Formats: sequence, structure tokens, C-alpha cells
Amino acid sequence: MPATSRNANLRFRTRLFTAIVVLSNVAGNSLLTHGMQKLGDPGNTPLALIGALFHPFVAAGVALLIVWTLSHMALLSWADLSYVMPVTAIGYVLTAFSGRFILGEEISVYRWTGIGLITLGVMLVSRTNPVSAGESRT
Amino acid sequence: MKWFLVFLLVAATTAGDVFRSMGMKHHGEIDDFRPGAIGKALGMLVKNRYVIISTLSMAVSFFSFIKLVAIAPMSFAVPMSAATFIPETILARVLLKETVNWQRWTGALLIAAGVVFISQ
Repeated sequence: MPATSRNANLRFRTRLFTAIVVLSNVAGNSLLTHGMQKLGDPGNTPLALIGALFHPFVAAGVALLIVWTLSHMALLSWADLSYVMPVTAIGYVLTAFSGRFILGEEISVYRWTGIGLITLGVMLVSRTNPVSAGESRT
Repeated sequence: MKWFLVFLLVAATTAGDVFRSMGMKHHGEIDDFRPGAIGKALGMLVKNRYVIISTLSMAVSFFSFIKLVAIAPMSFAVPMSAATFIPETILARVLLKETVNWQRWTGALLIAAGVVFISQ
């Protein structure tokens, strides 16, 4: 495959998998949190924590977090960790919004500032090449 | 208890991400997404020692997280896990030998600063 075509393909695949990673993580965390808050503190024993996995919202959250794990692994098979980690941080902003608009949690001025800084950081890193140039790959 | 869980979450997530990246680079690029090819890749990945260590670390991270969200609001718990950005960027440079340019460092620092604000 010509280098330019391969680069375009890599960019497209990176953006697609970044979107899957972010959306599955945000939706998974939201469902998990909703389920855990409905359930209350399950206690400290491993058995009690495993038992919490059978709550429908917790189970749906876990299913989406499995999608997140697999897509994150695929993305890391070609892209740098120092690229993937910051660009997927936009999920924290989406999570804060879902906390505000779905769960009714308050977002203070400090938190809005944090959301702005995270967004700026994500924008800066997303301008870099997802793969380190000249580094060895097995 | 809340801050102990945050520490556990950050340490386990950092180890999980670094070992996952190491394991996936060791495995090689996944570019065939047909069911058979995915099954074959998963079969190889379950025997990859870096992926095994990563999965164990992620399990610790996951149970710390669900315990944390049971005692703290989601808008506190989830952004707290972003404190992994600085150690992960350092380890990506040192252990994974990635090219971390000024944009990536600045981005990681901005995100870490964002975490400080978002946790107020």
C-alpha cells in the first residue's frame, strides 16, 4: 500500500477507534455509576463486589467496558500510549456533562475550568502523529 | 478511604495502560477485523505476559473504581483517574521509547491541571 494511502487509512482507523473507545467508556461508566448508586455501598468483601455485577445497570456498564477494553487494545496495537491516553481524555468532559445532565450532579466554576483545560490539552495532542516516527515496531 | 481508593486507582490504571501498550506493540498491529482474525488475535493475546499483567492491574483498577463511585459522586471519581496522565507520559517516553514532543507534554500537563480544577 502506498505510504500516503496507508497514512490516510491509519488516521481514519485511529479516529474511528478513538470514538468507539471514548463513547463505550463514557456510556459504560455512566451505567455502572447509576447501577452502583441504586445499589448503595456493596461492602468491602470481593464476593459482595462480584455480587454487584448482577445488577442490570452494572451488568450493562460492564458489557460496554468490555467493548472499551477490546477497542482500546486494538488502538494501542498501532498508536502511541502518549497519544491515545490524552485524546481519549475528552471522555472525562463527556462524563462530567452526563453527570450534570443525566444524574443531575452540580458542576462548579472550578469544574468548568477543569473541563476547559482538559479540552485544550486534548486538542493539542490530537494534532500530533498517532505513531512515533522512526521508532521500532515488532 | 476515598483518597486511598484514588491512589489505588491511579497506580493500577498506570500499570495497566503501560503493560497493555507494551503487550499490544509486542503482538503487532491489528488491522484485520473479521471475526476469525479477531478470535485468533484474542487467542494469542491471552498468552501474552504483558497483557496478563495489564489485565490483573485493570481488575484492581476496576474494583477500586466501583468502590469509589459507591462512596463519591461520578463527577469526582471519574476525573480523578486522569491523574494517571503524568506518570503514563513519563513511562511512555522512558519504557515504551515513544517520541513525546512538546505538544504531548503540554497536553498532558493541561489535562493534569484540569484534573486539579475538576476535583475542587
